[in-house]
Amino acid sequence: MSEILKQLQEVVIAGESDQAQELAAQALEADIAPLTVIENALNPGMEIVGDRYECGEYFIPDLVMAAEAMKAAMRVLDPALKARQEQRQVLGTVVIGTVEGDIHEIGKSLVATMLSAAGFQVHDLGVDVPPVEFVKRVQETEANVVGLSALLTTTMLNQEAVIEALEEAGLREQVKVIIGGAPTGPEWAQTIDADAYAENANEAVERVKELLGV
Amino acid sequence: MEDILSRLKSGPVIVADGAMGTMLQAAGLPTGMSPEGWLLENPKPVRDVHQAYIEAGADMILTCTFGGTRARLEHSRLAEQVSEINRRAVKIAREAAAGRAYVVGDIGPLGKLLAPLGTFTYDQAVEVFTEQATALAEAGVDGLYIETMSDLNEMRAAIQGVHQAAPEVPIFATFSFDRHGRTNMGVRPEQAAETLLSLKVDAFGANCGATLEMTEGAVAKMHEAAPHAPLIAKPNAGKPHMEIEQRKVVYDATPEDMAEYARRFVALGARVIGGCCGSSPAHIAAIARAVT
Repeated sequence: MSEILKQLQEVVIAGESDQAQELAAQALEADIAPLTVIENALNPGMEIVGDRYECGEYFIPDLVMAAEAMKAAMRVLDPALKARQEQRQVLGTVVIGTVEGDIHEIGKSLVATMLSAAGFQVHDLGVDVPPVEFVKRVQETEANVVGLSALLTTTMLNQEAVIEALEEAGLREQVKVIIGGAPTGPEWAQTIDADAYAENANEAVERVKELLGV
Repeated sequence: MEDILSRLKSGPVIVADGAMGTMLQAAGLPTGMSPEGWLLENPKPVRDVHQAYIEAGADMILTCTFGGTRARLEHSRLAEQVSEINRRAVKIAREAAAGRAYVVGDIGPLGKLLAPLGTFTYDQAVEVFTEQATALAEAGVDGLYIETMSDLNEMRAAIQGVHQAAPEVPIFATFSFDRHGRTNMGVRPEQAAETLLSLKVDAFGANCGATLEMTEGAVAKMHEAAPHAPLIAKPNAGKPHMEIEQRKVVYDATPEDMAEYARRFVALGARVIGGCCGSSPAHIAAIARAVT
């Protein structure tokens, strides 16, 4: 691997946005194709960040800073991709939100950020999102994944309400549903016929990749 | 009652209350309604929870104001009622306590990442904490209790807000250690202890948390880092799981489990012991029997 890409991967892992942007520009100047930069520096960098989070070496700030560094590099790479009429591979389209009655934001936004960094197109509907809104946005975006966050023992019942609304709208076959949030768990996912549960943002990326086989 | 600081220093261990949020949910808190919003409309369930804890043996109750900052209340369109909600909550707690328990004003996290990770600035955080602390202090509390923090900077902002609002009111401060023995923002217990010592809070420790074991580990590390500091342990009643048939979340630690941990917390320098999510008056009664 070129020295520039190696350095770019390192600064993504370290969450250095300015340097990531600078090194991405250097890579393009050195005639490295933008897709090569993404596949050989950014993606593997984010995977290492995920591994470090999993084993307790990294925490939320490290995830956020790494995702920011990746975004900074993408700001340089995106115009180059466009100029070559190329696209970063989109792994899938995700509609995500915190369910109705629940205003917890941090975890859901972190999942959105990490999915986006991993190459998914993410539509973040925010917090306190009613079932009908999830249905509408799945229809509009032709999403293949729905992410439902709930942090309260009362609002987790609304994860089920969204799944029912997707069924009623005839969309349940089209989407995989993943849930998360402190009181939820794998048994709850099974009970409400969600396709997966993830404990944290890194796991969410892994599970969504598995669900779509990408 | 004895002055809270002298009790903290040399009196019997202070038994704090248990969960408010999960108790209100069990009492029928409408989905989508914040406990603070419910308190305005219907104060009885909140008063009942306070009373149940005091009857179970709690010496200290926390006001129902965990989400009582402007940053949280604006989600339920109550941002203009910060002062009213916090004052009302103190009044309800005072009435329930009727001189039998200390009333401390509860301050929870903002639910936002602070800059540079998020867009909410440190100064904005100080401002909203000051606003809440002012209302709580003016309504007359025995202390202010900042809890469930994950971010060291947000804790600093809350303490600064409390200092600005009420420099003479005793401060209690706890972090939630729920990931590999650290907070989800990566704060280590010993690092938390050193910071809180330097900020001159009156007692500090751990609340919420992933498991009783993890909270115990955190308290042990804080005790090592600050052997003379009065510590706080206010853990969840273990881990939640869903009772599928009843569609009900149950926390798995029994009152006896909590009592066993309470004894260990005392050995680790804890001077305030209570419960967080999933705990009930039965848990607090068991803790009270174990430590007094």
